[in-house]
Amino acid sequence: MLLLALDTATPAVTVALHDGAEVLAETAEVDARRHGELLLPAVDRTLRTAGVELGAVTEIVVGVGPGPYTGLRVGLVTAATFGAALNVPVHGLCTLDGIAYAAGRAGLTGPFVVATDARRKEVYWARYDDPLTRVTDPAVDHPADLTERPGVAGLPAVGAGALLYPDAFATVPPGMPEHQSAGALASVAAGKLARGEELLPDRPLYLRRPDAQVPANYKVVTPK
Amino acid sequence: MADEPLVLGIETSCDETGVGIVRGHTLLADAIASSVDEHARFGGVVPEVASRAHLEAMVPTIQRALKDAGVAASDLDGIAVTAGPGLAGALLVGVSAAKAYAYALGKPLYGVNHLASHICVDQLEHGALPEPTMALLVSGGHSSLLLAPDITADVRPLGSTIDDAAGEAFDKIARVLNLGFPGGPVIDRIARDGDPDAIAFPRGLTGPRDAAYDFSFSGLKTAVARWIEAKRAAGEEVPVADVSASFQEAVADVLTRKAVRACKDEGVDHLMIGGGVAANSRLRAMAERRCEDAGITLRVPRPKLCTDNGAMVAALGAEMVARGRSASAWDLSADSSLPVTDPHVPAPAPHSHDHVHELSRKNLYA
Ligand SMILES: [Zn+2]
Repeated sequence: MLLLALDTATPAVTVALHDGAEVLAETAEVDARRHGELLLPAVDRTLRTAGVELGAVTEIVVGVGPGPYTGLRVGLVTAATFGAALNVPVHGLCTLDGIAYAAGRAGLTGPFVVATDARRKEVYWARYDDPLTRVTDPAVDHPADLTERPGVAGLPAVGAGALLYPDAFATVPPGMPEHQSAGALASVAAGKLARGEELLPDRPLYLRRPDAQVPANYKVVTPK
Repeated sequence: MADEPLVLGIETSCDETGVGIVRGHTLLADAIASSVDEHARFGGVVPEVASRAHLEAMVPTIQRALKDAGVAASDLDGIAVTAGPGLAGALLVGVSAAKAYAYALGKPLYGVNHLASHICVDQLEHGALPEPTMALLVSGGHSSLLLAPDITADVRPLGSTIDDAAGEAFDKIARVLNLGFPGGPVIDRIARDGDPDAIAFPRGLTGPRDAAYDFSFSGLKTAVARWIEAKRAAGEEVPVADVSASFQEAVADVLTRKAVRACKDEGVDHLMIGGGVAANSRLRAMAERRCEDAGITLRVPRPKLCTDNGAMVAALGAEMVARGRSASAWDLSADSSLPVTDPHVPAPAPHSHDHVHELSRKNLYA
């Protein structure tokens, strides 16, 4: 197996190659505004570091968020297009699962919360019993609303969303990951694939509806 | 001819996911997925809704285009994509897909200009563009007069709208008349039963001291809306067909008058009209008559090639390949305000760039 992992759901543009046993190469660049410019050069750099051609890749895994939409779509459409061009499967994985796995590698056992920046003073978050076991669906909330949530309040928290709102997330252990690492995402995916577990489809977890107002000042008659 | 460049073009600047395939000047496929119905209830294109739809439609539309054209992806000579101008988030989906596709296939990538593509598409309909070409581009997003001595390298703006695009005015008037979105096709249809001379609506920027090639549709829009509201306030029935016909007449009059004048002033003996509003039957008829009177040859592609589509992007990409223009770099940006003077976005000069492009392709072919 040669797995290409990419994730653009956090400020990190991150790419990794995994052979089923270990991460062969990984790149990450943090720039929340340049996902579109950075991703393809990062793929190219990762492949060259590992000395592998894209055509040798047998599986693709992509972080499906949650994350800010414009950047998130860069990773998803890139993964889907690679999959179509190479005729290989494209799997989705919750972005927060990669961060949880990396937190585990950094020494956190659990339970804990992973929180990323959802902008608009909100966080994307999920609760984990341990670094491989997510026990809630990913959600988007105001951090203050989590401070009294049973089963969540008072838990250690990791990720940029936790660092951003210290009032809501009192315990952020030191040395924990802030953004996504495609190496961690690839490791989670390789483990699941080896165990024969189902991954997610490569579709975005938006969690919010598009901002759009139906104009109220006139009656709409759709032409048909 | 088999040795003409075979290029796939991707267009996602607004609400149409378009993938076209051309060989030189020959159209092989023009696959479109539109999200227009999802925008209708909002009365206009909602950028986030458009971007979401592009992501879903991207790969299926590429595959449909390849099937329609009956070509293998490996036979392509290049991948072209709209780099701008357009909606930033929508453009980004297409640009990212084009990069991934070009990289995976080991083909050069051409980030091209949406406006230049609207002009170049006419090569698929009427053969090689005369040089220079005079072009009138009119749609919901643009109203421009452009002079193109070389569509791959030299496009000069003569004038453009100073406020609303022509297509926006159609949408607004359709909205005031409760005709829904988009406004262009429905106004065109209803206007056929109306009198274009029934109401004398204003012709913007046509005074002797006004900019000869610029357009303004904001005043017209307001004048029509006021006229309708006055009728309603007086409790009278609004003559929808006459209002539509008279409004459409004012738009077509200004557009064709200025375009013909630009041709005469610049000594260009033909005119190309593109963009969604070029599908308007009154604009086409008036342009035909006025061009004939002035001894100008009119070139208007069929309506499906006038609205946003992938074939136009492929057409310009094929011209880039044919003329040996430089490919784009893998860090190509989606540029929502890409100037019309940049027909494409070549990679920076070799001494300043990191050879990512060349290296990766060598890598793939190794
Ligand atoms: Zn257009």
